[in-house]
Amino acid sequence: MTDPGSQAELVRRSLKRRYGKERRFRLYGIAAVSVALFSLAVLFTDIVSKGYTGFIKTTVTLDVHLDGELMYLNDASDPEQMAMADFQAPIIKALQEYFPNATSRADKRELSRMTGSYASNQVRDLLKENPDWLGSTRTIEFPAHDTVSVYVKHAGDPGYSIRLTEQQQRWTDELLSKGVIDTGFNDVFFTSGDSREPSNAGILGALVGSLLTMAITLVIAFPVGVAAAVYLEEFAPGNRLTDFIEVNINNLAAVPSIIFGLLGLAVFIGLFGMPRSVPVVGGLVLALMTLPTIIISSRAAIKSVPPSIREAAQGIGASKMQVVLHHVLPLAMPGMLTGSIIGMAQALGETAPLLLIGMVAFIVEIPDGFFSSATVLPVQIFIWAGSAEQGFVELASAGIMVLLAFLITMNAFAIWLRKRLERRW
Amino acid sequence: MPTSDLLPLVLLLAAVAYGLAFIRSRAVAMPLGGIRNLKALPVYYAARAALWCAIPALIVLGAWATFEGKVIQDMVMASLPAELAPQSAGQASLTLSQISNLAAGKLDPAMVPEGISGAATLLQELREQSSRFKALLVILIAVLGGTFAWTRIAPHINARKSVERTLQRLFFVSAAVAILTTIGIVFSVIFETVRFFGKVPVTEFLFGTNWSPQTALRADQVGSEGAFGIIPLFTGTLMISAIALLIAVPVGLLSAVYLSEYASGPVRSVVKPLLEMLAGVPTVVYGFFAALTVAPFIRDLALMLGLEASSQSALAAGLVMGIMIIPFVSSLSDDVINAVPRSLRDGSLALGATQSETMKNVIFPAALPGIMGGILLAASRAIGETMIVVMAAGLAANLTANPLDSVTTVTVQIVTLLTGDQEFDSAKTLAAFALGMVLFMVTLLLNVIALKIVRKYREQYD
Repeated sequence: MTDPGSQAELVRRSLKRRYGKERRFRLYGIAAVSVALFSLAVLFTDIVSKGYTGFIKTTVTLDVHLDGELMYLNDASDPEQMAMADFQAPIIKALQEYFPNATSRADKRELSRMTGSYASNQVRDLLKENPDWLGSTRTIEFPAHDTVSVYVKHAGDPGYSIRLTEQQQRWTDELLSKGVIDTGFNDVFFTSGDSREPSNAGILGALVGSLLTMAITLVIAFPVGVAAAVYLEEFAPGNRLTDFIEVNINNLAAVPSIIFGLLGLAVFIGLFGMPRSVPVVGGLVLALMTLPTIIISSRAAIKSVPPSIREAAQGIGASKMQVVLHHVLPLAMPGMLTGSIIGMAQALGETAPLLLIGMVAFIVEIPDGFFSSATVLPVQIFIWAGSAEQGFVELASAGIMVLLAFLITMNAFAIWLRKRLERRW
Repeated sequence: MPTSDLLPLVLLLAAVAYGLAFIRSRAVAMPLGGIRNLKALPVYYAARAALWCAIPALIVLGAWATFEGKVIQDMVMASLPAELAPQSAGQASLTLSQISNLAAGKLDPAMVPEGISGAATLLQELREQSSRFKALLVILIAVLGGTFAWTRIAPHINARKSVERTLQRLFFVSAAVAILTTIGIVFSVIFETVRFFGKVPVTEFLFGTNWSPQTALRADQVGSEGAFGIIPLFTGTLMISAIALLIAVPVGLLSAVYLSEYASGPVRSVVKPLLEMLAGVPTVVYGFFAALTVAPFIRDLALMLGLEASSQSALAAGLVMGIMIIPFVSSLSDDVINAVPRSLRDGSLALGATQSETMKNVIFPAALPGIMGGILLAASRAIGETMIVVMAAGLAANLTANPLDSVTTVTVQIVTLLTGDQEFDSAKTLAAFALGMVLFMVTLLLNVIALKIVRKYREQYD
């Protein structure tokens, strides 16, 4: 027999150590949560700090004298002349108004790199639309050259290197003070497709591509997913085939997304001869990928409908199908919709399988149908993130913000829907 | 008529059939003394007519639209004169794109040989014919189907039963799509993999230590062979996944424990959704973060410590991937910890154990199988993750154990080999499918084991 007093004493003496351990364990937990939250905070701060400048554009506004002699052009409605004319010259001339001493060949080259590479095309298009402008003086807003834009927005930022010559920097400073070079809200970003030049590149093409792709995904994945869930929950006999279907669904949910890209490449493009880079194929691949998510959440929603509802309906003579269509489905619909929206949000952010089916091409035009070449938001971000010009990095970040805004809206809508419509029994 | 116009047309026809059948079924019932003398409600007669009208037509339309491109392509290629017939797969795809560009008017007919422009005309003709026949056939089938159902509207026919049977079959077909997808995946990788092993021996693929898939453009170039040893890809994948799991498992597990055992209600309700947000961020965003922020940071840090670091280090990709799978690990562990019966926990606490002692000595051992399953699932996700490594890990297949070096992974190589121009026949393209096969097998194995463990564990306490 041990002395109870000493036993209690033993426990009491160990208490301090044990409480210390308890505190430390708790601290580990707090540390783990902090690490996770810190990463989230760093991620978002990084994206926003890199990307907010993407929403700002740098412009050069010049009074351009559209001098026919300077452009070797005497009739702007003649396509042959238009093809040969020099539209850069009047822009340089307009800049020389501010810097009369810049006349040497080298100076002119530097002047021509103040406005974006497509500035001369802008003049050409304006003249093509308004042939009578020839000879007049017009105020035209040009996007600034990428290097000028980087200098204006990021001078002093160690993450960027300034590629302007000293003379160009002087010019830029002067034009800035005169208000010729100005910054403003980047409307180009929301109204145009991709471009080789950061100041002309926009996200609209990718956005439309994403919407077209998502439309296909939704139209296929939602009905098929719901139907499959109904079959498995309500009709499936408990046999081997049903088991096999269930195993398949669970495994497909965990198959890496890139494998679905291989499937799309081999089956839809290789076997069926469908075209590359089109929203239809992208939508099909993403539909197959999101199907397991939708089936699993729809099954959970159907399961949560209490059996009493089914029994009551059957009790007054409804057939099995009537029970399902008239009672179970409407009651499970909020849960199914929530699951589907979350699945669609996943599909919207998915990149890897779309790379394999060729949606990674450089596409300037805004896609106009399910069979026109397109890219999608995440792929556009991927393309920009890998581009050499510095201006594309902030565009990629800005694109990420747009993408995240869509995802957050979708998820918030799903949560709202669940809170609003879900019934608890 | 293009498919995109035919589809709404068929649906419209089905709607018309629905309306007509509805009216007729009521008309049939009238002289008998109302619809209660029919075997089924008028809506079922109407629905049956709509199904008869739409389903066969849609099946034909789907099949036609699926195979028309391929069939026309083959017919056009077969029509080429012998001297223009392509010798290799690469040539074939070139000729084909020439023909289709010509047919689309993007290419000047003067720029190509006679036979090609003839083929382009044929392509155009075949497309138009196919489109016409398709429209005719589909509309005919829809009308015939609708008419057939129309004639079978009679009081003694129970339309409800046939509608319900059809619907149930449709539901089954939907569920079977999962099987079809799996079969599709397996076959799409198997065929190309078998062809790949016809060019490169299996043993070289599985045990070779050299990976450089760039085959030469000309036969006489030096090093035209290309090496397809998968070992460096495996070690790269494993290293990045291991780094990711080293981060994600402790952080995820401890977060789950803290949130379920210690955190107060309000803290939990804020922190949990924030953690789940990490799971909702698209992988391309993590890739961007890894490539443009974390990787340069690690390189600078290593330089400061006097270490040599690549600008695309395995460490950067692994770290960010670890952050990505934190919520995955934490939500799985949360489920598992909550599944441990309350009585075990209460018993331990009642004996005077502290919360952490209960956790470490009672709940963890009980939850261990489930947690292991969760970790396996997380590992399978890390191995299959693509965008982070494509953007932040390198392309060079280094066989190294240094996490500051650049390594490449299976998924990176699949993407690299399959983006850009490709021929369906070269060893390079086929290698991507072989890699896909390996990836599919490995992740499938991990998933099956993990799901089995988790299920067995659940049954234990249910």
